Amino acid sequence: MSVFGPVVKIHPVVLASISDSYERRNEGASRVIGTLLGTIDKHSIEVTNCFSVPHNESEDEVAVDMEFAKNMYELHKRVSPTEVIIGWYATGFDITEHSVLIHEYYSREATNPIHLTVDTALQSGKMNIRAYVSAQMGVPGKTVGVMFTPLTVKYIHYDTERIGMDLLQRTRLATTRTKGLTSDLSQVGGAAARIQDMLTTVLAYIEDVLSGKVTADNSVGRFLMDLVNKVPTISAEDFENMLNSNINDLLMVTYLSNLTQAQIALNEKLVLEIKMLPVIYLFSLALP
Amino acid sequence: MPHLEPWQNFSCLGALRPGVPNPGLRDPHPVLSLSWSELSFCLRSQVVLKIIKHYQEEGQGSEVVQGVLLGLVVDDRLEITNCFPFPQHTEDDADFDEVQYQMEMMRSLRHVNIDHLHVGWYQSTYYGSFVSRALLDSQFSYQHAIEESVVLIYDPIKTAQGSLSLKAYRLTPKLMEICKEKDFTPEGLKKASIGFENMFEEVPIVIKNSHLISVLMWELEDKSTAADKHELLNLSSSNHLEKSLQLLMDRVDDLNQEIVKYNTYSRNLSKQQQQKHQYIQRRQQENAQRQSRGEPPLPEEDITKLFKPPQAPPRMDSLLIAGQINNYCQNVKEFTSQNLGKLFMAEALQGHN
Repeated sequence: MSVFGPVVKIHPVVLASISDSYERRNEGASRVIGTLLGTIDKHSIEVTNCFSVPHNESEDEVAVDMEFAKNMYELHKRVSPTEVIIGWYATGFDITEHSVLIHEYYSREATNPIHLTVDTALQSGKMNIRAYVSAQMGVPGKTVGVMFTPLTVKYIHYDTERIGMDLLQRTRLATTRTKGLTSDLSQVGGAAARIQDMLTTVLAYIEDVLSGKVTADNSVGRFLMDLVNKVPTISAEDFENMLNSNINDLLMVTYLSNLTQAQIALNEKLVLEIKMLPVIYLFSLALP
Repeated sequence: MPHLEPWQNFSCLGALRPGVPNPGLRDPHPVLSLSWSELSFCLRSQVVLKIIKHYQEEGQGSEVVQGVLLGLVVDDRLEITNCFPFPQHTEDDADFDEVQYQMEMMRSLRHVNIDHLHVGWYQSTYYGSFVSRALLDSQFSYQHAIEESVVLIYDPIKTAQGSLSLKAYRLTPKLMEICKEKDFTPEGLKKASIGFENMFEEVPIVIKNSHLISVLMWELEDKSTAADKHELLNLSSSNHLEKSLQLLMDRVDDLNQEIVKYNTYSRNLSKQQQQKHQYIQRRQQENAQRQSRGEPPLPEEDITKLFKPPQAPPRMDSLLIAGQINNYCQNVKEFTSQNLGKLFMAEALQGHN
């Protein structure tokens, strides 16, 4: 059986869902399990979705509601037909014997499923996220066992996800863990502030290098060259022209949209306040 | 392509036989009658991520993607804790399947202790054009059934430009009244004095996370190797502006047509008034003449039957279009203000050189 190249790419939405289902687990359950959905590539597995499956676990037996899992998979398939079952996840640090059983079941659903563990109990002070794939081990012909070999885990985002994540990241800094969505110029201000921070760090580094505190690193120097050269050298006059024409465009558009808003407001007023119907009012708005 | 109507599915749920246990549907919760301003609104991160992902995967092209928001009402706050997407409408007989799908989904989610209370729906939009009849109808049905429901509008194109664009809207109580009575004539709207600004009210969104999710955020920040992208500071924006203006112009044309319709109507009405007056005058003259000649006066005919008043054109469409234009203008203004800021920054940078 083919062993996949050791890269598992996870989207943040999967981890968020896992944490959420962990928080909602039933009384007495120490961990939560669920199915992972995604796509398989030649050398990597991309995990894009997941859903939790109810299960009961006790000392010597484990019961998983497989009907439920199948149903949910069907439902999810309706929305995104390209996602397939690629494995399952469990919260908790270790892999128990029960996991082996569950893994066996999942091998019937998917070829070579992966197993993801998310340590939500934060046993080692961090939330360890690991992925495993099972491999046969032991003496062939006699006792055969199953071993879980770890895989590398990477996190990937779509572009829009990255932007969403940026905003969500800022919630962790607020004390009440909440954040409102800002709009308008304040966002540009925020982005500019971040770039300024980065520039200060770079400047501090340069100062250190110049005063001899840190040895100069050539690759960093090359990056800095790139950075400085990125600002295009245009003659001041040309730049003025470009800037002015852009500003003119934007101002014109602002003026036009204000005008439009004023006119529809006016129209509104006329229609609503009109008492004598014989008043005929025709207005036309022509945009260039 | 038939448009998916989530409200249709929801009202179908009410047709289930009473007495049969429905484990997956929303429990009746005491209707909280809160004033609109009191109800604030928060959102869990995974809802945001799910919406983004749904659009990314299924929404390429200008089809809107829709889904259902689940959550609960706590004190005076509406918390949205989960969501699930609707499949795209592909076959014509998928109508009944939609109801099934929704019921199945909610039943299953209840098994894993996810809040299955239906509190709203979300939709993606194309350059901000979402003020339409369909949206109004859907949101009205939702709000009629559940008082606190909202519609989340996700703008993927604006988000791709650097800032998450997620807005929540609700219909104002005035608009709810009008929709209930289905009275869209000019007189009806005048009575309620609805302008296009009073149609939807925006609810500010707050993103709230639990501690565990915060831990996750820290982890991801640590491990994530994707470079910081600064699309927000991108200067090349004329494409987006062009598109928005195009849509704005289309809408203004539409509004123009509506206005022409209304004007013809009012002109017809005034002409009719004149005709009525003339008719009445002629009648009176004739009656006076007949009286002077000693003949019995002509019977009074029912004037209203002779001159049927023309149909007043429904104002709802023009109201919607005006609302949409307003929305476009707001977006354009926001966009231009951001761009002006960026241009001035570029000037400063160049000035240093």
